[in-house]
Amino acid sequence: MPALPFKPVLLWTDALVFVLLAAVIAFAWQVRRREHLRQPWVKVSRSRLGMVSAVLLCVFVAIGLLDSLHFRPRLSADAADGRANYAVETMSVFDLMVTGLRTRPETTYSAPLATHLYAKETVEGPDGRQIRVYPRLKYGGAHLQDPERDWAPDVLRRAVAGVAAAALLWNLVLAGAIAWLAARRGQGFRATWQTVWRGQTDVPWREMLATAGVLLLLFGPAAMLAAKYHLLGTDKVGQDVFYLALKSIRTGLVIGTLTTLVMLPLALLLGIMAGYFRGWIDDVIQYVYTTLNSIPGVLLIAAAVLMTQAYMDSRPGLFDTVQQRQDLRLLFLCLILGMTSWTGLCRLLRGEALKLREMEYIQAAQAFGVADLRIITRHILPNVMHIVLISVVMDFSGLVLAEAVLSYVGVGVDPTMISFGTMINAARLEMAREPMVWWSLAAAFVFMLMLVLSANLFADAVRDAFDPRIGGRTGRLGFLARFKTAGGA
Amino acid sequence: MLAYLLRRVLYAIPILIGVNLITFALFFFVNSPDDMARLALGEKRVTQEAIDRWKRDKGYDKPLLYNPQAQGAAKLTDTIFFTKSARMFAFDFGRADDGRDIAGEIRTRMWPSLAIAIPTFLIGLACYVTFAMLLAFFRATYIDVAGVVLCVVAMSISGLFYIIGGQYLVAKLWNLVPISGYGAGLSAWKFVVLPVAVGVVGGVGASARWYRTIFLEEMNKDYVRTARAKGLTEARVLFRHVLHNAMIPILTGVVVVIPLLFLGSLLTESFFAIPGLGSYTIEAINNQDYSVVRAMVYLGSVLYIVGLVLTDISYTLVDPRVRFD
Repeated sequence: MPALPFKPVLLWTDALVFVLLAAVIAFAWQVRRREHLRQPWVKVSRSRLGMVSAVLLCVFVAIGLLDSLHFRPRLSADAADGRANYAVETMSVFDLMVTGLRTRPETTYSAPLATHLYAKETVEGPDGRQIRVYPRLKYGGAHLQDPERDWAPDVLRRAVAGVAAAALLWNLVLAGAIAWLAARRGQGFRATWQTVWRGQTDVPWREMLATAGVLLLLFGPAAMLAAKYHLLGTDKVGQDVFYLALKSIRTGLVIGTLTTLVMLPLALLLGIMAGYFRGWIDDVIQYVYTTLNSIPGVLLIAAAVLMTQAYMDSRPGLFDTVQQRQDLRLLFLCLILGMTSWTGLCRLLRGEALKLREMEYIQAAQAFGVADLRIITRHILPNVMHIVLISVVMDFSGLVLAEAVLSYVGVGVDPTMISFGTMINAARLEMAREPMVWWSLAAAFVFMLMLVLSANLFADAVRDAFDPRIGGRTGRLGFLARFKTAGGA
Repeated sequence: MLAYLLRRVLYAIPILIGVNLITFALFFFVNSPDDMARLALGEKRVTQEAIDRWKRDKGYDKPLLYNPQAQGAAKLTDTIFFTKSARMFAFDFGRADDGRDIAGEIRTRMWPSLAIAIPTFLIGLACYVTFAMLLAFFRATYIDVAGVVLCVVAMSISGLFYIIGGQYLVAKLWNLVPISGYGAGLSAWKFVVLPVAVGVVGGVGASARWYRTIFLEEMNKDYVRTARAKGLTEARVLFRHVLHNAMIPILTGVVVVIPLLFLGSLLTESFFAIPGLGSYTIEAINNQDYSVVRAMVYLGSVLYIVGLVLTDISYTLVDPRVRFD
């Protein structure tokens, strides 16, 4: 068998991410076929803010998924016995796509789009004397003959070219989307375009396409400029900040999603058991979660992370590569965060199960002698899924924010792992520099805000659609109409 | 009432025992004292004598739970569990790695923490309630929409950025107060202002939004409609009727955090170099001083449980409908 040009690597978190993806697809398949399950999602798809943020989230998720396909590239030289040699370093498909960003390190700080380093260095002049100058960057703007003269026209030209390319691409996307909609609605292309343009569609296509357009218009110039410059500058060791920010997305997504995934079985099992069986089972489960809950979260996480850290430090044989260690620590962090945060969901589920078990249809099932297990899986589980869903989407943004804080405190991800927390942590000392290095902080801030804000807005749309109790009255932005009918001021 | 409170306090005891067992398991079963010694000594090849000496110095040279070599009751008391964990019930936390008494450290360090935490809590509560009431008063107008959008954006910004931004703007750019540090006595005020302001601003998103929901829920009730039907002005309805009743869930919701104010805030204190309990914990985490972390975990749980009991008391005080049998 001929050796592959790469060797696939499945890290623990990758595997779980793909399990989650498969679960989401399976869930979507189920929902598609059932009218009553589809109804709340139809409501979500009508929410303007929710769908705009969904478009944004899709971009983040796509980057995160590409960054979760890991492999080890083949080295050019084969081993002596004719077998293929693979690099020690694990790469992701996303790394491969942005090779340009990854493989052009400078020596230290440089400002966004700069052609020179941010710090003076002593170099030997042509006449042999030592002079202090800002040296040219090795890669950033290296194609310019005379940076003083060429820099501004070159940047402008690239930006304009990027915008033009993006506009062209957006037109294609627009035309494709409208044609698809037209085919689905059985309308002419022109009529469909007019309905979309006037915002008369049920699903807010106009807003979604506009969001995609804005994203493309940002992405076009960014890609053109990043090809020859460091778009967001470089950090202390000369790494491209734009690359760091993009890589942080996966870490954030993994923490935000896997944490809930790992705690879900436990919370579901214990919560439903406590509510359904009551009696001593309820007492024991309540005792367990009250006890766990009474330890302040940060402290419990800190203690647990310190201990796993010590455990991993004293057993270096657990992993072969740096990536594996990073990955294992990320997984442990998810597990620990999950262990401290399942109590809230567990309590909610217990309350719901307590309520459900008094329902007539469940009493009827019990009277017919249906086994408890079957009642739980057939009748209780489907009826608490909306609570699970709401808490999964609501927890996401909080977990992404928590990662940054924990990494700052020193109990977050592995210090060598790229994440928003480690970026902020490294950038903190740069505040004191004169003149200040602001771009790493700014990049982390903007990327994190985009991710968390879109997650928050989407979560609100989901909650409004699924929670019949609060959805009708205190929904977020759709409440204008409701208040007018409810006879408010 | 008294019987109920007594029952609540008694109920807290098994929880505290559980917390103690969890921390004990976390700190002594995941890693044996030998592992910890090896890490603390930090060398690749550590002799068994060095490990034994380290364990003897720290008092870890005992069996974990049961000592078969001791006599009588000492079979149980001459163990790591009894000397390290069970003593925490009496708030005897032992000594930190630098030899200082942890309980003494806590007593001196809680004052700076309180100097930051209490003003943040009180000013924050006043600001959030006012803001939420403003939004509720202007409900269904663009002011309300803008306010809620502002809250969501504010919620989406990491707390780290509030601190960094505050330090940069107020202390570095405008030079109004020192960037960080702490002073003794009343001269500490200029070190306290910025952390308090940052703390208040940082919490506005989540709290104001939540309080607004409570206000709106209250406003949909029948008694409010009756009050309006009587011809009361909207302001009077809001302040006399809605505010009073909405304060019940708000107050009972915040009472639980009051005891935890002692612990201070990890982030704020470490960024502003305030010698409180928060920065004590961070230092302990960074120095891997497990006895201090263990003590703080236990103390935090005790304070949380105290908060729960206080919440129950506050229910009976503010809401006469609540009765205990």
